[in-house]
Amino acid sequence: MNLITVVFALSFYLASAVLGYGLLMKVRQYWRTPAPLKIPTTPAPTTRWGAILRMMREVVLFSSLFKASKWTWIFGWLLHAALLLVFLRHLRYVTEPVWAVAQIAQPLGIYAGFVMLLGLIGLAVRRLAVARVRYISAPSDHLMLALLAAIVCSGLLLKFVLPTDVAGFKAFMLGLLRFDWQPIPTDALLLTHLVLVLVLMIIFPFSKLLHAPGLFFSPTRNQVDNSRERRHAVRWTEELRRPPDG
Amino acid sequence: MAKFEVPKLGEFLRTPAIEVNAMAHSAPYKANAEHQAKLGFPGELVDDWHDVAIAKMGDLLSKYRSLPVFLDSCVKCGACTDKCHYYLGTADPKNMPVARQDLLRKVYRRYFTVAGKYVPWLVGAEDLTQEVLDDWYTYFHQCSQCRRCSVYCPYGIDTAEISMAGREILDTIGVGQKYSNEIIGKVFKIGNNLGLPQPALADTLEGLEEDVEEETAISVRFPLDQYGADILLVTPSADFFAEPHVDGLIGYAKVLHEAGLSWTLSSVASEAANFGLFVGSYENMRDVALRIREAALELGVKRIVFGECGHAWRVAYSFLNTLAGPFDFLDQRYPVPQHIVEVTHDLMQRGAIRLDPSANDERRITFHDSCNVARASRMGDLPGGQFQLPRDLLRASCNHYFDMPADTIGEATFCCGGGGGLLTDDLVELRVKGALPRMQALKDVVERHQVTHMAAICAICKSQFAKVMPYYGFEMDQILSVHQLVGDALVMGHGR
Repeated sequence: MNLITVVFALSFYLASAVLGYGLLMKVRQYWRTPAPLKIPTTPAPTTRWGAILRMMREVVLFSSLFKASKWTWIFGWLLHAALLLVFLRHLRYVTEPVWAVAQIAQPLGIYAGFVMLLGLIGLAVRRLAVARVRYISAPSDHLMLALLAAIVCSGLLLKFVLPTDVAGFKAFMLGLLRFDWQPIPTDALLLTHLVLVLVLMIIFPFSKLLHAPGLFFSPTRNQVDNSRERRHAVRWTEELRRPPDG
Repeated sequence: MAKFEVPKLGEFLRTPAIEVNAMAHSAPYKANAEHQAKLGFPGELVDDWHDVAIAKMGDLLSKYRSLPVFLDSCVKCGACTDKCHYYLGTADPKNMPVARQDLLRKVYRRYFTVAGKYVPWLVGAEDLTQEVLDDWYTYFHQCSQCRRCSVYCPYGIDTAEISMAGREILDTIGVGQKYSNEIIGKVFKIGNNLGLPQPALADTLEGLEEDVEEETAISVRFPLDQYGADILLVTPSADFFAEPHVDGLIGYAKVLHEAGLSWTLSSVASEAANFGLFVGSYENMRDVALRIREAALELGVKRIVFGECGHAWRVAYSFLNTLAGPFDFLDQRYPVPQHIVEVTHDLMQRGAIRLDPSANDERRITFHDSCNVARASRMGDLPGGQFQLPRDLLRASCNHYFDMPADTIGEATFCCGGGGGLLTDDLVELRVKGALPRMQALKDVVERHQVTHMAAICAICKSQFAKVMPYYGFEMDQILSVHQLVGDALVMGHGR
């Protein structure tokens, strides 16, 4: 067992723990914080199922962003759709036998990296070229795009230019899952790709990537428009109530 | 009054290039100690304001889910940057919704997030300093809480929630806005925003009865504090005296008279407006709302109906049940509360009233969707009824009705520029500039369809337009109440 394998194995456990625990804590915070008033952005669905459908449209189609800005929408949606394919394709490295969904995603997933890159470049250009968007950008906003682009580029190079020992890498990943560590291939490109992914996993719960869980908790999108029919109340507002006056 | 340049109406609305600090000089008068005390806030900036403000922010973060979710989720995509009427009218980048939120977000990140604590420079986190505090006061009072940005945000981030939280933190450390806080105090003391006491109100209503009888030869009553009436009508106090509001009140009275409904106004709840919303104070908003419950119980009514007022309808429709409910003592066959437009629409559909649109033939009408009605409430049974019902009434009352461009009405409607507690003379520059997108849309229908009047269902919109329209070459009397047009078209004596 070489030192690089040990370092990467421990790093993967650490990054997974930070990502999992960090997200859990954030979701717990959102879940436990009450929404005392009905504030859906109207027109809003009047049934629970309607609200679920509205949320699905936001998650799958980015429907509000579509209304706002077609350029941001097309680059943003391409980035996320391609990311989904790439993510599913990568499940082949941690499942044995390989899950069906990873096999289905494989043929498209190989090329989806290029689409991700296109989306990232589009968003980066917008962030730099549109003065309004540049004004609201912090260093972290530019760096997030750079990090993702670096992950995509190193991945594409691994796939199409400097292939790594894929079987060896899969053995390493399965070894992590089974707590039976196997040596990691040590070519620099693969290790670069992995380090960048580990960084992404670790910063996820502390960054704007929280928009992923956040959307599901957004009261303007997930609430049902039924305030006249059903009285909405949470504990802290009820405890404030004055004695009944009639 | 400071001089400023009125924006020019061009061929179409264009998104301006940013001009840093273009509106940094615009802030409303601050509340004095007396105004603050009535609302339970300190009278001047407290000594340990920094710590109190951060503690209050923590308190709000634990009470309103919207705050942590909205403050964490923004990815700075820029979708909202060209959506705010105040940005479009002033070009100040801090009037872009995301930048306005960032005034609070940068402090949130600094004190409440890991990244902001350890690498503030990386994520744009900042200490709460006197300059930041001044920016809060300046720019949280350049937001009319109209929620247009929330329509376009991929995460539904609503800047109104942010500016309300910001204003509540400011109030908590003793920095209140005079206009809103003085008015809330008047509501508590006298019952309405204008400070109109019961005898003056009774006198005004008597005068209206005489005016209407003189004009129509029909005795239409304007009952006040009438015990046992079926309907309690709660309407903005502007309806009691100022044009064009009062013509709307006359319209409601005519409709209710014609339909033979028994109704009353209340001197306790002689105000529909609830400025507690604007300052983000749940307790003050609830106390203002409870007056309406008390009035309904005292007068023994069966229904509560709201007059034409935008944010009041938001508080009534979306919050009243929460703030002051349950209303199980009212007639459950009717929604609680109802909007006067819903009542009139229902009467029209049932044939209980008849409208003759030719009465308004000399007018060519368009309709301004008020922001709080459009994006924070509903009318009728179906989503979007808040757009359909008033238009149904207008089309039934006028032969010449034309909508403004689609991207300026409905859920995309532009705020009048005076909502959210900004309808004060010390903010007139902001109000004029913020009205630019609506004025541009109005110009469009005036030129294409020779529209002569714009109708609205909000007291703030009506006051704001009467004030700012002359700056853009329109007349102040080109803004009308929806129920003025309904009242003018109403066939009196029908069915009797």
